[in-house]
Amino acid sequence: MTEPLRVEGTAPLRKVLETKNLELNFGPQHPATHGVYRAVLALDGERVVGIESIIGYLHRGIEKWAEYRTYTKATPVFDRLDYVGAILNCHGYVGAVEKLMKVEVPKRAQYVRVILDELQRIANHLLWLGTHALDLGAMTVLFYALREREVIMDLFEAMLGQRLLQNAYPIGGIRLDFPKGWDRACRNFLAEFPNRIDEYETLLSTNRIWVQRTRGVGIVSGEEAVALGLSGPTLRGSGVCFDVRKAMPYSSYEEFDFEVPLGERGDVYDRYIVRVREMRQSIRIVQQALDGLPEGPLMPEKLSKIIRPPAGEAYFCVEGTKGMLGFYVVSDGTDKPWRLHVRAPSFVNLQGLERMCVGGLVADVVANIGSLDIVLGEVDR
Amino acid sequence: MNWNSPFMLTVGLPLLKIVILLGVVAFCVAYTVWLERRLLGFFQSRVGPNRVGPAGLIQPIADGLKLILKEDIIPTNARPFLFRIAPIFAVVPAFAGFAIVAFAPPAGPRASFLISDANIGILYLLAITSLGVFGIVLGGWASGSKYPLFGSLRSASQMLSYEVPLTFSVLSVILMAGSFRLDDIIQAQGKLPFLVPLILAFGVYVISAVAETNRAPFDLPEAESELVGGFHTEYSGMRFAFYFLAEYANVVLVCCVATSLFLGGYKIPFLPYETLLAGNPWLVSLIGLAVFAVKAVAFLYFYIWIRATFPRYRYDQLLKIGWKVLLPISLLNLLLVAGIKLAMLR
Repeated sequence: MTEPLRVEGTAPLRKVLETKNLELNFGPQHPATHGVYRAVLALDGERVVGIESIIGYLHRGIEKWAEYRTYTKATPVFDRLDYVGAILNCHGYVGAVEKLMKVEVPKRAQYVRVILDELQRIANHLLWLGTHALDLGAMTVLFYALREREVIMDLFEAMLGQRLLQNAYPIGGIRLDFPKGWDRACRNFLAEFPNRIDEYETLLSTNRIWVQRTRGVGIVSGEEAVALGLSGPTLRGSGVCFDVRKAMPYSSYEEFDFEVPLGERGDVYDRYIVRVREMRQSIRIVQQALDGLPEGPLMPEKLSKIIRPPAGEAYFCVEGTKGMLGFYVVSDGTDKPWRLHVRAPSFVNLQGLERMCVGGLVADVVANIGSLDIVLGEVDR
Repeated sequence: MNWNSPFMLTVGLPLLKIVILLGVVAFCVAYTVWLERRLLGFFQSRVGPNRVGPAGLIQPIADGLKLILKEDIIPTNARPFLFRIAPIFAVVPAFAGFAIVAFAPPAGPRASFLISDANIGILYLLAITSLGVFGIVLGGWASGSKYPLFGSLRSASQMLSYEVPLTFSVLSVILMAGSFRLDDIIQAQGKLPFLVPLILAFGVYVISAVAETNRAPFDLPEAESELVGGFHTEYSGMRFAFYFLAEYANVVLVCCVATSLFLGGYKIPFLPYETLLAGNPWLVSLIGLAVFAVKAVAFLYFYIWIRATFPRYRYDQLLKIGWKVLLPISLLNLLLVAGIKLAMLR
């Protein structure tokens, strides 16, 4: 296949018998698009010759909305970007404002943030794993994954009062310390969880059908992945070692010992295995953070109640669950951001979809969308 | 009423049996769905339906009632006539297949537990079950929508390609038993179920049968995450229920046929209870029925277990397996069985 045919194209594929491509609306109401994402597929039989992404069904104008709120009041809305990885969104925004104000977050707060961030990453990857497996027909994994995610949700509830959209961090640090018994509950989970990952891997990693469905499907080479701006596990599945936690450490990530799992071929299987290994690394990070948790204040001492950063701009990015999650904040010295922009990894990663899907089958589209781990709340914002 | 009159023997009694069997099969199908949902629940560390009646036992009836009461929608783009009759095409062959299944040893000359003791029983079964694909193809085509069309296209090629290895694996059973009659085949397994000598054929049969009945991991025609619902996307209410009924009736039928062909039907190996209890034919029949049911349910359990464990195959991989793996294996197996049979005859 030289050049993918566009959706509008009705160019004959065979000279002898004139055939037309079938145009198939894939979404916005479709069980495998992980939200209100719509793709218009141009199909030759079951083979995909073109794909056009249509987004915006969930656009809420979050960035603009935030410009009309004070810095503190704007915080909770960013949980609604990537609603299965809410803590990391919060960390990104709060981090950008802290950078703008040049506030030093206390060491203990940094460690607590790392713990919660990594738990959130595990929770996100669990939900992703379950739904991705369900897309490919393995329904049991979903329920196993949700069972473990439930434990993390309970930990969040005990610590932050909310399960899904926690509004986790205030600007400057963290609100409250761990409640009584939280440490033990968390450690119990960490001790048990590797066995659970083994369980998922038994069902998938060595399963012939799973391997056949994912190996060699949706290949993106490392160069292409960089050119397309992919990030996160999607990029690392293509073998490019770029992790914000390593490349531009924030919140004391440089003090933890963990590996960045990489794929080799850049196919759906690699993106899957990278995320599964990432969960194991997250366990290591949380364990180290719990062990080395320093004593100290939770909030910086000199921080006024009303956040009024000096005029200027700041860009701060964290390693979100989907990739490089960046917040760009411009301040004009008032108590409201003058301009705010989110670099949403789901949105950028979605660019890779056409490269992955064209030439494959309809069933591969489902596998590819699943392997991107998009959340439409973040794509549309 | 004279039960011995020719009319009763040729028309009345079979009709009565058909009515009873239809009722029993419909009941079994409803509870197959219940069993599947409960078992999937246990596999997936959740509960499954347990609200309606004790252990959710009334759930199938509640579901049926709901489907009857639902509005019957015919999409604007559909071809109404075909759209209406397609589900019937699916459901009739599924039930008609039960006509030749021998559920238990006969309790008397006129009290047999099968409707038709046809001497070409297996051929009839293969013929009638392959008709079921028409219902799916017609339904998908008549819906006038793209997803069902894909579903029916997939279904057509899938069911046709898996018919072949399925038939070849059944052929080896026929060779072993030397008869097309289902009862003869069961009698031939008195000492040893065909599962043991024909393990290859059994494997091929199981895989092909799962594909034939459109069940996971070969449930491509209805693949919910790709084609939403496949051929029955546009169906609702009772017409959808017909497809549902047909699918599960086919599953039950496959379980019954596998029990008869490979698991020894109502026979218990090394325990000839029929001759031991020869004086009490009704007891023999009841035991036979129970043995048959246990074997069929065990096979059903296996079916559901597969569904809970495996991801779905892709369309091209599915066809590849059918033609490049299962067909050669079943052919080889057929040759082997024929060779051994020939050597034994010499």
